[in-house]
Amino acid sequence: MNTTMQEPGMTKELIASHGLTDEEYRRICDILGRDPNFTELGIFSVMWSEHCSYKNSKPVLKLFPREGKNLLVKAGEENAGVVDIGDGLAICFKIESHNHPSAVEPFQGAATGVGGIIRDIFTMGARPILSMNSLRFGNLDRQQNQNYLRGVVAGIAHYGNCIGIPTVGGEIYFDEFYEGNPLVNAFCLGLMRHEDLVKGKAKGIGNPVYYVGSTTGRDGLGGAAFASRELTEESREDRPAVQVGDPFMEKLLLEACLELAKSGAVVGMQDMGAAGLTCSTCETAARGDSGIEIDLAHVPKR
Amino acid sequence: MKAAVVVFPGSNCDSDCWHVLNDAMKTKVQYVWHKELNLPDIDLVVLPGGFSYGDYLRTGAVARFSPIMNSVREHAKAGKPVIGICNGFQILLETGLLPGAMLRNRTLRFVCKFIHLRTENSKTVFTNRLSSGEVLRIPIAHGEGNYFCDEKTLEELEAEKRIVFRYSSEAGKLGDEFNPNGALSHIAGIMNKEGNVLGMMPHPERSSEAILSSDDGRKIWESILNSFK
Repeated sequence: MNTTMQEPGMTKELIASHGLTDEEYRRICDILGRDPNFTELGIFSVMWSEHCSYKNSKPVLKLFPREGKNLLVKAGEENAGVVDIGDGLAICFKIESHNHPSAVEPFQGAATGVGGIIRDIFTMGARPILSMNSLRFGNLDRQQNQNYLRGVVAGIAHYGNCIGIPTVGGEIYFDEFYEGNPLVNAFCLGLMRHEDLVKGKAKGIGNPVYYVGSTTGRDGLGGAAFASRELTEESREDRPAVQVGDPFMEKLLLEACLELAKSGAVVGMQDMGAAGLTCSTCETAARGDSGIEIDLAHVPKR
Repeated sequence: MKAAVVVFPGSNCDSDCWHVLNDAMKTKVQYVWHKELNLPDIDLVVLPGGFSYGDYLRTGAVARFSPIMNSVREHAKAGKPVIGICNGFQILLETGLLPGAMLRNRTLRFVCKFIHLRTENSKTVFTNRLSSGEVLRIPIAHGEGNYFCDEKTLEELEAEKRIVFRYSSEAGKLGDEFNPNGALSHIAGIMNKEGNVLGMMPHPERSSEAILSSDDGRKIWESILNSFK
């Protein structure tokens, strides 16, 4: 198929609709030495979204302790942190929010939150052994909050049961403060031997890049940008931005990735998150100080 | 005794079964990938729990067509023991090695908790280390464990003492309030006519070590080992 995309001109509206400020746009032009084209604008929009860059929450996140003698991988370096626990073993864990998707579609939003965090762990070479969660909802005397609670809990349970990783604990609070804006944080912990650690680095010129797992559908598109916007009445209608989970496929992916990592044939491995191919290729290439060529026409579609 | 744990795509209690047989029971055990055509030289086949093929269509409905299942059928026909746990039980029903079918739980919800089981027949390959009426505390974890069969089959199962386990109270009393999924006649586990194929919904592999808060399931593994002495 040979279709040529019409390149739209850069307008203030187009830039704003990508969630970028004037200042950010000027910075993009500085970096590139020219105006970005439509594709590049999309990439910057996703990569500089709060979801991917933590641009707003960074000052707060910096307050957490980040150093320690048992850290094999520090916070922010990779997809998840790794802590040495002795005897040649290490634990790899991470917690991540899935608030917006859960507000729009509680069951799938929470389920894919669990799915995403599990991928972050096994792509580091660790076998996920437990999940936990931290939840916040508005008061339960309102029907909407009951629906949130029921959907979120069912979504977490369903995904964990199917993939066979037990949810061993969690914490939950109800307060007016969370009215209409539930918080859904999923945590996963995996176990590995030190030598099994895999990093998300794309190195070695000429190496092929494999894209494996669930096929790409229209669901979940622009998820990172969606998650970084203010939650409004309109965004509640943005159900296509929420991905539909496939725990069976992820179970196969989990076993395949761990087996593959053991084979020694893999240079680096990276989870595909809300920002999809854009983020995973950019991040792995940046860490490996290289570039990646991708032909989007070859992406397996649902 | 040598055992094989069959691994289907989506099996997720396979390593638990392997661990219990290998580490707790000190048995020779190996995994067999479902695409294999022949079982290795083993005595016991374990069909583990999980969500084989994502439970697509019906639980166990796709797994029954896995290449290894022909060899499992032959193994069973030769009178050698086969134990199907949870999804393994569902696969045995779909394969026709055991009669009946599974319906969605009465509550239409996935249930994951410890329950009590009453041993209905202690003279089997799988229960010879238990006494008749002995109550076990073992966890269940399933969405489709509501066992069903026609009246004639139920009569046969009763008459031939093929109902091996029933859901009960801690004291061994039967009642709807102790039945977690609505299973017909409180059935938690049944065996075939020949007595060498057992299907059960509860997970003995999750309750075979004291650290897991119950080691009642261990007696089932001990019984199987005992039958090979």
